[in-house]
Amino acid sequence: MTEFLTVPLYRAAHGRAGDKGNRSNISVIAWHPDLYPVLTEQLTPQAVAAHFSSRLPGAVQRYLLPQLHAMNFVLDDVLDGGVNDALNLDTHGKALSFWLLDLPVRIPLALAPLLVGE
Amino acid sequence: MTTVPNFPLLIGCAAGFSGDRVDAAGPVVDSLIARCAAQPGQRAFLMFETLAERTLALAQLRRRADPDAGYEPLLDDMLRPVLARCLQNDIRIVSNFGAAHPQAAARHIQRMARELGLPAPRIAVVGGDDLSHASYRSLLREHLGATMDGIRMVSANAYIGAEAIAAALDAGVQIVVAGRVADPSLAVGPALSHFGWRADDWDRIARATMAGHLLECGAQVCGGYFADPGFKDVPGLHAVGYPIAEIDRDGHCVIGKADHTGGLVSLATVKEQLLYEVHDPAAYLTPDVVADISQAQLKEVGPNRIALTGVRGHARPDTLKVNVCHEGGWLAEGEISYAGPRAEARARLAAEVLRQRLPDLALRVDLIGVVSLFADDAGQMLHATPAGNSRDVRLRVAASHVDKAQAERLRREIVALYTCGPAGGGGVRTALTPRLNTLSCLVPRLAVPTHFKLLAEEIRV
Repeated sequence: MTEFLTVPLYRAAHGRAGDKGNRSNISVIAWHPDLYPVLTEQLTPQAVAAHFSSRLPGAVQRYLLPQLHAMNFVLDDVLDGGVNDALNLDTHGKALSFWLLDLPVRIPLALAPLLVGE
Repeated sequence: MTTVPNFPLLIGCAAGFSGDRVDAAGPVVDSLIARCAAQPGQRAFLMFETLAERTLALAQLRRRADPDAGYEPLLDDMLRPVLARCLQNDIRIVSNFGAAHPQAAARHIQRMARELGLPAPRIAVVGGDDLSHASYRSLLREHLGATMDGIRMVSANAYIGAEAIAAALDAGVQIVVAGRVADPSLAVGPALSHFGWRADDWDRIARATMAGHLLECGAQVCGGYFADPGFKDVPGLHAVGYPIAEIDRDGHCVIGKADHTGGLVSLATVKEQLLYEVHDPAAYLTPDVVADISQAQLKEVGPNRIALTGVRGHARPDTLKVNVCHEGGWLAEGEISYAGPRAEARARLAAEVLRQRLPDLALRVDLIGVVSLFADDAGQMLHATPAGNSRDVRLRVAASHVDKAQAERLRREIVALYTCGPAGGGGVRTALTPRLNTLSCLVPRLAVPTHFKLLAEEIRV
């Protein structure tokens, strides 16, 4: 039986958030190629939409870039109207990458040495 | 028979937004000069990218107040330190720092050159993007519909491509001043002109577009906006370098940074920037091409040097994106801090006082130090955050209203928390600012012809 370690996503991946209008895109890039399949299995569009449920995303699209060990998530309608309309201090949603990177993921114990930080 | 240049074209980027560091260009220009000196026949360009969605509208407002204003306010600070070295070393400059008034920006540069005792540079002004003139009203109405009728328009600009930039460079100018060209087009224009690619060479244009995409945010590809101590460490972040792309005759690029600077160009920094503000990686839309990075590959080819390959291109869209900025009422916001025992409870009580005083305004409440940036305007996350014992909380409250006087009520109620709110509140700061809203549409490319004009040399007095 495979044993797992539950860790925040930031130990397995890094990423950056960008905005266009009321849409946010957040990249998630595995720190190691062997972590990538584990992450694609768990970071489904449904899982990401659920993690952002307080922002009521209209849709969440996921694009895979396996040769870069990266995923690109596009979240519709999550920026309270975007840079000109939102009342948030962070009207761009720049901080949202760190909201996603806090998502707990289950990593097989054998891959634990590939994780970053503690 | 045409000869295609053998050496990679160098394009350095010295600004990624309006308000970027004004000491960024120096090390980039020094590096470009050194590399050209080491490799005779090598050519170099310097780009400044200074426009974002709101920047142009703010520039139009400045132009309304002063007919000679409306271009990048930091133009002088950005360009003056490097203008002489660029002109003397054949480093040509391409920028969108013309914003809402490229002609005035070009005249400013001409003046600057004269003050520096330089021969008058050949400057081109790119036009066609500004659709704010009344003659475009019916075009915008056609594509935006009735929403156009109720708005007070501030600016309207099409995102134009690299064609006019390339044509100006072909005509031998040293400086190209544009307004709303798409960010990556600032790199595509020089590449088109330098290599003489066909206008429908989509693969090569797509590759240069992605080089421009990596450059367009300045330091963001060189370790800026990347550091996360213990997880993503960046050496010398205080002196982060700005990027230099080496673009080969097929458009493939190696991205690096200015010599003797801090920062880091790594697989990780380049991946983050490659996907920044991208939606479908197979269809990154620009006025010049539809770029496909779904099969892109990155490889470390030296210290702080990452090669990008595998980019493909498809025919450019038949339409151009247009952003219309219009007056959007007023934003009132204010903050007050609470510290020590029960600070969070006192901050929460202050928010409750404001809600009861202003029941008709939709207030956004942030408890900075407890819950703020991640939360939504409707307050769902705040509502779901149980009251805790934070001992240092800054309350921020914001609301917008079409009527300035209504928005002003919130600002005054926040000030009044000093004597009428919970105990120990301090450090009130408030602001009332006009808002700008944006509408977007697509218009046929044919409806927006672009051009360049040479700036006539002014008669010296």
